[in-house]
Amino acid sequence: MGIPTRHFDALIIGAGGAGLNAALQLAGADLRVAVVSKVFPTRSHTVAAQGGVNAALANVLPDSWHWHMFDTVKGSDYLGDQDAIEFMCREAIPTVYELEHAGVPFSRLDDGKIYQRAFGGQSQNFGGDQAARTCAAADRTGHAILHTLYQQNIRARTHFFDEFFAIDLVRDAEGVICGALVLEIETGEPLLIESKATLLATGGWGQVFRTTSNAHINTGDGAAMALRAGIPLMDMEFFQFHPTGIAGKGMLITEGTRGEGGYLINKDGERFMERYAPRAKDLASRDVVSRAIVTEVKEGRGCGENGDYVMLKLDHLGEAVISKRLPGIRESSQIFAGVDPVIEPIPVFPTAHYAMGGIPTDRFGRVAMPAGHGSEEVVVGLYAAGECACASVHGANRLGGNSLLDILVFGRLAGKDIIEYVRENPYQRAADSASLEQAMGRLGRWEQRGDGPTVAQLRADFRKCMEDHAGVFRTEEIMTEGYNKLCELRERLPEVRLTDQSKVFNTARIEALELENMMDVGMSIAVSALHRQESRGAHSRPDYPARDDQSWLKHSLYYREGDRMDYKPVRTKPLTVESFPPKERVY
Amino acid sequence: MTEAAREASSTELEIRRLRWQCRRGMLELDHLLDRFLDLGYRGLSQAQRLAFVRLLGEQDQRLSDWFMSRTQPPDTELSDLVRHIVEVVRERHGG
Repeated sequence: MGIPTRHFDALIIGAGGAGLNAALQLAGADLRVAVVSKVFPTRSHTVAAQGGVNAALANVLPDSWHWHMFDTVKGSDYLGDQDAIEFMCREAIPTVYELEHAGVPFSRLDDGKIYQRAFGGQSQNFGGDQAARTCAAADRTGHAILHTLYQQNIRARTHFFDEFFAIDLVRDAEGVICGALVLEIETGEPLLIESKATLLATGGWGQVFRTTSNAHINTGDGAAMALRAGIPLMDMEFFQFHPTGIAGKGMLITEGTRGEGGYLINKDGERFMERYAPRAKDLASRDVVSRAIVTEVKEGRGCGENGDYVMLKLDHLGEAVISKRLPGIRESSQIFAGVDPVIEPIPVFPTAHYAMGGIPTDRFGRVAMPAGHGSEEVVVGLYAAGECACASVHGANRLGGNSLLDILVFGRLAGKDIIEYVRENPYQRAADSASLEQAMGRLGRWEQRGDGPTVAQLRADFRKCMEDHAGVFRTEEIMTEGYNKLCELRERLPEVRLTDQSKVFNTARIEALELENMMDVGMSIAVSALHRQESRGAHSRPDYPARDDQSWLKHSLYYREGDRMDYKPVRTKPLTVESFPPKERVY
Repeated sequence: MTEAAREASSTELEIRRLRWQCRRGMLELDHLLDRFLDLGYRGLSQAQRLAFVRLLGEQDQRLSDWFMSRTQPPDTELSDLVRHIVEVVRERHGG
């Protein structure tokens, strides 16, 4: 085909915290590592993670990794794999110290130890008093981590392909994944990158919903590539809606506002969280707070002309506290909501924030899929880490402060496992021409001319459909209607045409490729949600209001071919401690 | 092609090249920069356009700090531009 080709030991697609932490391990072991990123690496979405990293350092209040594990298992509504969770909570402590030594400027206590903030869902002594477990670099932890990792990768001579868009994974003649076809955005020219191991670290897909806190880049590219390669996506119905996004816009108002004493009110001025979570109130788990807000709105206690949001009250904290402890909140509210929180409350509504599901992996980042008869096998040479992956540490609901932890711990472990893999598999495989042609076909499709719907039209219809039919509240009727609509939209996709066929900086073509990815990933959410007939964590079904451990304590697996569902058991046995058996979640 | 048409076409080419640079790691910046590219860029002077390109070369966290008034840009050209972008893009009413 005459496509320019480059060879590397490892190819990493995505340059956020997971990809860069993996790359650093690999480059440090003198492997030739390529990182492909559709935007400049320090513009990855990790930069937006304000909260922090959970680790049981016990600097502010007593703590232990075992309590952290309990909270994470409970927070996951018992759907998280307890071996992976134990591993992550143990690894959290050395991970934070490693970052501290690497130069991440964590906020300090007066005695010089790392400051730790209280976040929702954290407890002492297995469900007792509030714990303080989140280490933060002011409210710019993600930025500090991303820049530290990027600088270290530059020093370690990681090869960056900046502003290259990954089209699809490619396989050799034996069907083994051996790299990816990518596109240089500036020139519009394809490039084949052949690698011994490939890591997907492309982040989340909040953009599939109309109201989201995710940046425009979060379109699920890696997850869609996995789907097209025949790999199922796991637990996709579990999507976390952050309770406090700016109503109608999606921008996040950090959980720290409630940590500092802000609280939610309905149109009657009632502090309604007292009814839903008498103990934790506004600091209850995110899914609990999100559902409470939507319930208030659905039951007619919402604010504003259309009664379609609630208010986050901060004015009682005073201007000094808001400015000192919550920098940027005032300005963000003024710019995006047109209100000043020092004087008046901020209109908020749940915003699509974080994907708990993703590409199924084991605890070493290796992509694993069912091999029949209840067994599982590793997809040779393919890894996934970060939000696009599902090592299953978040289960049905992620706790605040556990996402940066996830990307750091599993990015690092995937890197270490790839080093071993490449040592044992030192020979380069060559992409099969049929596989390459298939990947090139994705590009060729957008050269079709003629009339048809635009990318923007289909994209808007799709995101609206996802919000209305696969959002916070889900009934059989709403979701069946949604699935049918999504099928219609999927049928319209081949009719979409680009008006601009040029190559150089044709971002319309990139947006078209992203739309294809989003529609595949969106469908996996809608279908998985429709099939799960229970309420668990972020997946709330008014028609099946209870958690059903008898039938549904299992992971969902969605296959693109035929929108097929399969299931696999939750790993309830931890590595070294006793299992936490499912209990009712009360906060 | 008239002089005006040539200028307009060159502006559209600039916008096309800048569009991807407005893709950032934070939704807030996507919103501010991408919308400004559509709503305000064509009205900028040549010097302001160069300042906009300079702005796009900055780190996300720094840009966020400037837009959220946590820190000030190092020169008046950038401060003026940041104020102008906020003015063009900001919401005018509550909710």
